Amino acid sequence: MIELYILLMFMIVGAIVAVEVEDLLSCVIAVGAVGLALSMAFLVLKAPDLAITQLVVEVLCLIILIQATLKKDLPFSTTGRWALNTLITVGFIIVFLLSAMKCFKDLPEFGYPIMKLAEEYTRSGLTQTGATNMVSSIILDYRAYDTLGEATILFTAVIGVLAIVRRIGRKRPGETIKEEDE
Amino acid sequence: MSKELEKGMSVIVKTVTRLTVGLILLYGIYILSHGHLSPGGGFAGGVIIALSFVHLMLAYGKETALKKLPKQATSFFESMGALMFLSIALLGFMGGHFFLNFISKGKPFNLFSAGIIPLCNIAISLKVGAGLFAIFIALVLLKFDSEKKR
Amino acid sequence: MNIYLLCLVLFCIGLYCVLRKRNIIKIIVGLIIAEYAVNLFFVLVGYRMEGRAPIFSPDATIANMVDELPQALVLTSIVIGLATTALLVAIAMRIYQKYGTFDITKIKELKG
Repeated sequence: MIELYILLMFMIVGAIVAVEVEDLLSCVIAVGAVGLALSMAFLVLKAPDLAITQLVVEVLCLIILIQATLKKDLPFSTTGRWALNTLITVGFIIVFLLSAMKCFKDLPEFGYPIMKLAEEYTRSGLTQTGATNMVSSIILDYRAYDTLGEATILFTAVIGVLAIVRRIGRKRPGETIKEEDE
Repeated sequence: MSKELEKGMSVIVKTVTRLTVGLILLYGIYILSHGHLSPGGGFAGGVIIALSFVHLMLAYGKETALKKLPKQATSFFESMGALMFLSIALLGFMGGHFFLNFISKGKPFNLFSAGIIPLCNIAISLKVGAGLFAIFIALVLLKFDSEKKR
Repeated sequence: MNIYLLCLVLFCIGLYCVLRKRNIIKIIVGLIIAEYAVNLFFVLVGYRMEGRAPIFSPDATIANMVDELPQALVLTSIVIGLATTALLVAIAMRIYQKYGTFDITKIKELKG
């Protein structure tokens, strides 16, 4: 389990770098490093489906973020009241972590899950669905409603982006509408 | 920056892109079609297919990429993917309940096994791939708009 | 229990970035980090010591597989996170086009 601890420490250091650095391009690259370490952590935790998906999704996310941040950076300046804000935020985070440590006593110990439903799926998955990849047979046969909902979410996101990007405004008299975007 | 993005990147990048774009598309189709036998599935395969078109657009500029996959074709593929997924679900309705796995299961470890799962993978990958490519095209066009106004 | 705590520390770093930063792109980066931490937490709950990946092979035994139900849920969640990020970036670019800045303290005109 030592490699899991090393990957988590790397992710925490990368996240701190991404939060504190001022240049926007370096910040986005640091998030890319965090995502890469997360993909390796999924491999160590024996989840190959998730590692492939996380890697390619993170590459696409980086490309979209860099498109938005090229040559647009903000000169660093803070206004007043920053001491009170930081104190309240740090206080809230400490309270959150302390109450989370109390709740962890109810979770099963790390490495020994309860697996009441997953035993059912593992035992009869191969004969009932015929697929050898258990994760595929869960998301497309046993729980296909969730995949339908996810397809709907993606459709809504595409419609939302196209609605934001479209050039708004009514047609003023004497102006022709040129074909410039969607 | 906008003029450079329209004409594309340097010669080295263009040559390497010409060699690897077809391989990336083929890899995406492989991960998609073996989704029920080895890790991968519809989501990862669809995102890889979208990434191959994004790669073409980053290296050559948006004119070439839009010639390969025009905007109407993108929206057609996305709607077709969603409708295919819904119609597979409704066909199961006739056999018993919603999403019934009605095609024969076959032997495990074959390519044509596991009922409706490969067909659902193809429908999901069409939807995810075309949708993500449409999002990327829309964001790139907006960037041009903001620079032209200046 | 230590590893759960490290995962929540990662979530709190993302939360701090959302609450305290003034640049919109930094807020989006904080949301991305928080979402990575939550996905990792789900997969950590379902791990079994000395387990196998949930894929059958021709010489397999059923016993000793890692819990595959959280993995199926997280697979959907990763792609939804990408869609949310793309929507946020589109809104951020629209704000830059209208106001000329990414600073949230200068966006004060709430018109219709």
